[in-house]
Parts: sequence; structure tokens; C-alpha cells
Amino acid sequence: MKRKNLIRKREYSNHSAYAFIFPYALLFAVFILIPVVMAIGLSFTNFNAIQRPKLVGFLNYINLLTSDDIFMQYVLPNTVAYALIVGPGGYVLSFLLAWALSQLTKIPRTIFALILYSPSMTSGVAMTVLWKVMFSGDQTGYINSWLMSLGVITEPIIWLVNTKYLLPIVIMVGLWSSMGVGFLAILAGILNTDETLYEAAAIDGVKNRFQEMIYITIPSMKPQMLFAAVMSIVNAFQNGGISSQLAGNPTPGYAAQLIVNHIEDYGFIRYEMGYAAAVSVVLLGIVYIFSHISKKLFQED
Amino acid sequence: MAYKGNRINPKRFEKGQIKIILAVLPLVLFMGLPIVFIFNHAFKPMDELFAFPPKFFVTRPTFDNFTKLFKAARTAGIPMSRYVFNSSVVTVTVVFSSIVLSTAAGFALSKLKFKGKITLMNINQAALMFVPVAVMIPRYLTVNALGLTNTYFAHILPLIPLPVALFLVKQFIDQVPDSLIDAAYIDGASDFKVYAKIVIPLIKPAIATAAILVFQQVWVNMETSNYYVSDEGLKTLTFYMNTLANANNNVAGQGMAAAASLIMFVPNLILFIILQSSIMNTMAHSGIK
Repeated sequence: MKRKNLIRKREYSNHSAYAFIFPYALLFAVFILIPVVMAIGLSFTNFNAIQRPKLVGFLNYINLLTSDDIFMQYVLPNTVAYALIVGPGGYVLSFLLAWALSQLTKIPRTIFALILYSPSMTSGVAMTVLWKVMFSGDQTGYINSWLMSLGVITEPIIWLVNTKYLLPIVIMVGLWSSMGVGFLAILAGILNTDETLYEAAAIDGVKNRFQEMIYITIPSMKPQMLFAAVMSIVNAFQNGGISSQLAGNPTPGYAAQLIVNHIEDYGFIRYEMGYAAAVSVVLLGIVYIFSHISKKLFQED
Repeated sequence: MAYKGNRINPKRFEKGQIKIILAVLPLVLFMGLPIVFIFNHAFKPMDELFAFPPKFFVTRPTFDNFTKLFKAARTAGIPMSRYVFNSSVVTVTVVFSSIVLSTAAGFALSKLKFKGKITLMNINQAALMFVPVAVMIPRYLTVNALGLTNTYFAHILPLIPLPVALFLVKQFIDQVPDSLIDAAYIDGASDFKVYAKIVIPLIKPAIATAAILVFQQVWVNMETSNYYVSDEGLKTLTFYMNTLANANNNVAGQGMAAAASLIMFVPNLILFIILQSSIMNTMAHSGIK
């Protein structure tokens, strides 16, 4: 009887649960939730960061949907293209690489994981210098000089200004830097699966690594798979740093302008904070819908 | 030959692993470029930094950039040790508190039942989907309203709640079998005991990963030094390194910037190696069978 009571107590009203959650919840509310709510509030105003915000109702949202040609013509299609390739692409790549690394011994695994993760660690520094040098527009740029010596092209291509190449370059760099925290979580998740499951599976007739991956590894680490999926979606939609660091903001001809660049353009260049906040809220909505779909896929039963 | 199974986290090197290494190597080389670049760039003498065509590798390495950086630091009003101290205090406090609070909250969200749990989880996840640039000004206003400006708290408190870390930790706690936790309760363990003695040891991989993440956020953070603190003696090393490199925004500044990025990068590297190599199969060592 006492047993049952103990478990029931835990099931229905656990006061100590509040003690566990309270410190985090307090700091979260003050430094994240309230600012986010304030930002959402700003989206209904006209705010130039100096004068008091003026309430304008849904005007920012209406303008965004009806009269922001740049948003509809360039920003939205670019963001969708970027997110559709870098999101799932980065996710699959993270999983495959983590899975491959998990089958190595500790030292090579740590070194490889470090290197694969390093683009996420060094993003700012490396991006500006490294990729600008690679894609430099004259014949001295690495890519141009390689392609020219191979005879693929005869004239140097001005990569980072050419509207045809800019978005593909940004997408490529996005994939290059997509081995982030999702990748680390998957790697830790695979290493953390119960070894006896593999032994049992081998007895039950699992024949190779791939069957093992499909039937054992993935099902036993659904929580990590979901985490990595949500993080890929968030990163795919929220990454604007690559475009602006490679080609400035706004990017030439808006060729690689992503939603985050649009927000920065309005918020910190034109000082239309209210409008920038409205775009952020729309972005939040888009990201939320996609992560909701991914949650359905990895629903824990 | 029958399939042996269980090739995850092998203890010894086997021939089968060569295939994997060969398959991963091209990508590893490609992605390793920034590390190689940061190391090479920092040791380049002036003429190589500005070489035309640009050079990726250093041909005549020198410590010039570092000597210049430290010389500039010596002539500045506030000694560099002050910034090193500030950054260390801030980073250690934030990483430690963030891990303690996220694991505690993650435990409650994953294993305890209470009102408003689902809502809290959803709010936390929605917050992580909101672009950080949009909350910069509201966040400044909040820090200001609380009177935190020009204190260490301005560096520390805003960075402790990291929704990604909580989400990550909570996902790992979900994996801890309920049967194990129920057994502990039946044996009379308190919630705190279950948290400290069962959950924490089992989610070490998540803690290591979250620690890397939090460290990275704090260590390179310039927002707090830029906006919340105007007292020079309270700013962080990252901020200082940046101003040193920018204040001398001439030819010498470039070399100093390269040296500064290497100095700022090395702690990341060390922490990553220590934490990642400590991630092992904790389930196997814990007796969950």
C-alpha cells in the first residue's frame, strides 16, 4: 500500500518538481521570455529605437504580406531553398557522420569529431577570411585559379557578386558548417545506446551494419534524433551570418538575402524595429510549423 | 560468416575501421580547413598576411603577431590579467550554473509530473526558435530595468538560461528507463537523490555536449560587454581582444587580430577534446540491462 502511495504521489502532484524547475524558469522568464514577448509587442508598433514606439496594429504584418516586394520576390524563395537543402541535407550528413564516427576507437573519433564540429566553433573568424579568399573574384582566388588551370573556365568568375552563384555558394558553406550541436547529440546518443540490444539483434538475425542502424540505432535514440531535427530546422531558417559575411547586407541583387538578413536590414540598418520584429514573428511561425512536423515524425510513444 | 553485431564504440582498432576512416577522411580534410587556417594565419609575418595572391599556409612562421599583441596590451591602461580574470569568472560561473539549472529543470520536465509541464516545455522550445537579433533591444531594457548594468551579474545571469541546453538535456533524460527511477523511489529515494545519484551519472554525455555549447556561447559573447557594461575594468577578454585588434586598425592590427583569434580559439579546442573523449557508453557502465 505504501508503495502505491509513493508512486501515485509522484504521478499527480509533485511539489518538489517546482523546486527543480523554478531556478531555470525564473532566469528564463526574465532574460528570454519577457524580451521575446516585448519583441512580439514591438511588432505591432512603429519603433525607430530612439522615440517611443507608436502603436500601429497589424500594419507591419499587412505591409509584409502585401507590399514588401523584396521579401516576396527574393527573401522568401531564397530562405525556402536554403532551408530545404541545408536543413535535411545537414541532418542526414550529421547522422551519417556521427554513425560512422561511433564505429571508430576513441582517439580517432575525438579528433574527427573535433574537426567536423570546428566550422561551428570558428564560424565568424573562418567564414570571413577563409571563404572570401577561396572565392575571391580575380584569378588569384583559389577556386578561380584551380578552375582556370583545369581549363574549366577561361575568365575568372566574380563569385560573390554574381547573382547566379551567390546562393549556391551560401548553401554550400551552410552545409559545410551544419555539423553543429545536433551532430554532437546524435554522436553521444549512438554511443549511449544499450550494447545488449546489439547482441540480441545479432542473435535475432540482423545481418549487417545497415540493418543494425535501421532497426536498433535509430529507434533507440529517438529523443536525440528529434533534438537534432529541430536544431537543423532552427539553424536552417535562422542562419543569415553566412550571406552577410560573404557578400554584405543587403547581398548583391538580393541574390542570397535570407529572412534573418532581412530582419537585420530593417532592424539595424534602417532602424525600423517594429517591422523587423514583425518579420521575426513570421519567422518564428514558419520554424514552429516545421518543427511541429518533425515532432510528429519522431513522436515518442 | 555470421554477423557479430555491436560495432559501436569499439575498444580496439580493427581492419574494418579503415574503410570508415577512408570514407570520412575527404570531408574531414575539407571541414578541417578553418582550424588549419587559424593556426597558420596567426604565425604569418606581415608580408605573408597581405600576400597577393593570398596564402593559405605560412611559409616563414614567426611570433611577431603575438609579441605585438602583448606589447599593445602592456601599454594599455588596464592590465590584460584583469580581462583574463573577468572572462574566467564569468565563463566558469555560467557554464556551471547553466548545467546545474538545465539538468534540474530537464529532470522535472522529463520524469516528474506537475501542472503546466507540457506548456513549459513548449514555451522553452518556442523561445529557442525566436531569432536572437530581434530580442537584443528588449533584452537590454530588461537588464537595465533590473539595475544589473556594470556588474558581473550582467555578464552572468542573462546567459545562464539556454533553451537549447535544456532541450538537449531533457531529451537524454527521456532515455533513462522509468523502471530504474521507479525502483529507486520504491527503495525510498527522494527526488533529489534520484536526480543526483541516478539521472546525472546516466546523462554525462548530454552534460558534456551541453557544456561545450554553453562554453562557446559565453566565451565569445560580446553582447554583454558591448551593451550591459560600460566600465572598462569589467569587460571580458573577447571584447578586449577585439578592441586591441580594431583600435590598431592598420597593417599591424591585422596580425594582432590573427594572433588574438588563435588565443581565443585554443580554450574551445582544449575543452572539446577533454569533454568529447570523456563521452563513453555510460549505459554500459551503469548496470541498466
